[in-house]
Amino acid sequence: MLRPALLAAALAAAFPAHADADLDALRAEIKEMKSTYEARIQALEARLQQAEAKTDSVAAQAAQPVASAEPTRSNSFNPDISLILQGGYAHLEDRADRGITGFLPSGASAPERGFSLGESELVLSASVDPWFRGFLNAVLGADDSIGIEEAWFQTTSLGHGLSIKGGRFKSGIGYQNEQHPHAWDFATNNLVYDALFGEGYVQDGLQIKWLAPTDLFLEFGAELGAGGAFPSTNNGSNGANSVALFGHVGGDFDASNSWRAGLSWLQAKPRNRSFEGVDINNVGVTGDFSGTSRTWLADFVWKWAPDGNSTQQNFKFAAEVFQRRESGLLNCDDADATDPSACSGGLAGDYATDQSGFYAQGAFQFMPRWRVGYRYDQLFRGDAQFAGADAGTTLGTLADYDPKRHSLMLDYNPSEFTRIRLQYTLDKAQQNVDENQFFVQYIYSLGSHGAHAF
Amino acid sequence: MKPTSPLTVRAALLALAAALPAAAHADLKIFACEPEWGALAKEIGGTHVNVYTATTAMQDPHRIEARPSLIARARSADLLACTGAELEIGWLPVILAQSGNAAIQAGQPGQFFAAPHVAMLEKPAALDRSAGDVHADGNPHIQTDPRNIARVGEALAARMAALDPAEAAGYRTRWADFSARWNAAIARWEKEAAPLRGVPVVVQHKAFPYLQNWLGLKEVAVLEPKPGVEPSLASLAAVKAKLAATPAKLVLRAAYQPARPSEWIAAQAGLKAVALPFTVGGDAQSGDLFGLFDSTVSKLLAGLH
Repeated sequence: MLRPALLAAALAAAFPAHADADLDALRAEIKEMKSTYEARIQALEARLQQAEAKTDSVAAQAAQPVASAEPTRSNSFNPDISLILQGGYAHLEDRADRGITGFLPSGASAPERGFSLGESELVLSASVDPWFRGFLNAVLGADDSIGIEEAWFQTTSLGHGLSIKGGRFKSGIGYQNEQHPHAWDFATNNLVYDALFGEGYVQDGLQIKWLAPTDLFLEFGAELGAGGAFPSTNNGSNGANSVALFGHVGGDFDASNSWRAGLSWLQAKPRNRSFEGVDINNVGVTGDFSGTSRTWLADFVWKWAPDGNSTQQNFKFAAEVFQRRESGLLNCDDADATDPSACSGGLAGDYATDQSGFYAQGAFQFMPRWRVGYRYDQLFRGDAQFAGADAGTTLGTLADYDPKRHSLMLDYNPSEFTRIRLQYTLDKAQQNVDENQFFVQYIYSLGSHGAHAF
Repeated sequence: MKPTSPLTVRAALLALAAALPAAAHADLKIFACEPEWGALAKEIGGTHVNVYTATTAMQDPHRIEARPSLIARARSADLLACTGAELEIGWLPVILAQSGNAAIQAGQPGQFFAAPHVAMLEKPAALDRSAGDVHADGNPHIQTDPRNIARVGEALAARMAALDPAEAAGYRTRWADFSARWNAAIARWEKEAAPLRGVPVVVQHKAFPYLQNWLGLKEVAVLEPKPGVEPSLASLAAVKAKLAATPAKLVLRAAYQPARPSEWIAAQAGLKAVALPFTVGGDAQSGDLFGLFDSTVSKLLAGLH
């Protein structure tokens, strides 16, 4: 920059006259350039103004919906509310007892004959503040009862893949356990969950979950609970009667196929867990169990949809396998003193079982709105010892019999908020019973759009 | 073993020193719900972002499974870039709840929704599910108008700059560059698409109000009897009767939608069925955002002939 200027100054000093004429020419040239540039700058300024006006109008347009939004009402902070209505019709044989032979009764509810109203679920959920969210699932029973199926808080701000849940919640063990009945693929529960937990295992306690920072889904969880539900009991003690550990791993095989697998462990310390059953001669008995109950549960889910687009066709496969070992002390006595049983006068003895089972199911949406599904449930009574002998020699409830069930379903979903289902079940859950069962079921979801887990 | 020469050591050290700043500054990890926002984030972020796109153009963004793979990717995201307006309501809440990631939760700067940055169309006057799968905030398919891409991009670039101050200048520069090229492209597309103004069209799903608004296409019928409800034979017959009175030229559908309803009505009512890419990756030509609109405009024009 400096050098041409110096050169020019030197040249000007050396050739004054010559330089004057050149300078005039230069001045004229600069003046001309200045005027053309001014015109161009003015044109540019005009264009800029135009563009700004345009942007303003775009901004005004963009801002418009905000401005025209309804004024904030006092109920804007109300939680999301959704309501599930369920019910149906069942064609069943007239049986007094629908227990599962070979297993101590878990308190599973048996289906009702004829028309019946299922459980109506009322779900409320919202963010509590920047750190927590809250959730309530209240079950309104057909018998006018109200049950709290879930009522919990969960942290949202811990980060690092961590979350803590507390209150009453469905345990994270297994696959189906966290699902509410309206999300099941069949009208009735499978034998595995029937025998293990009645419906599903619910904890009153705390859950901590950690998701690993990997592209592969890798989740670990631990739970401590009061153990108020089968196979545990609430012992009124300070400690945790129910401890659960679980891990899940999952991912995509490709764009069309995704999967999740898991392994869970549940330990419970039931005290005086009461039951009603029958003895070897089918005479009613009552009793209780105190000891330790340990359950292993392995689950696997695979979902297929062409290119991951599940709207036209999709397929879902789910299977779970369990092993449960219980050991401790079992008492039994007559249910009715006037009707003496094998437990007459009270019978107490060591009790030890090693039982297992599985279910496997597939549901195929073969065209929009329509799904067909099949499920096979199988339990193995396995080893059951009571007072030094096979438990089946005293108690008919624990007879050496392997329960099984076949279920076939067809459901119609005119929208994602309505499901109408037909189901046929061949039920062999009880020894010496082969029952053909027919179900018609409706499920309606009202209110806030619920999001379903995988 | 060959002894390492001092020169090699020095070269290695130099290379390490050069690599260090890049290593110290981690890429911004972006979880994009839809391909268009993933593509936009890549335009703004260049090589300084790591973009994971949760869905593809072959999937219905309304109905996505909350797959374990999505939860795992959301876990480590610094920024979530989604459409919003309830488009992802059936799956995103599950992913957010299970991600254990505080940065992308509601109210955090790491949660970015595109819909609030554009003027929404088809905002329902009354909210009732008897009207089908309606969205309270309006039609969420905002990406079919390139001017919306520009509006969202400006906000997204600002958000990325705020989240990653070290690379803020780079985001602004790349955004300015993209924006200039984008505006030029919009002018070109508008010129090319001039013959489409006022052309009557049928749509399979109400997926294109923003495209129609941009190019002046006239929607005369919808194949879905209600939003989100698959066309039935009865609803298709009703559309056919309607088209006898008010004829249309094209029937439009998105790449992920089944061809049959469009092709049936096209054959019955003498229309041309056009499958639009709808988002990035929707056809061979739609490799990026420019390709998306190049393809959209050329497919619409081809439909006229």
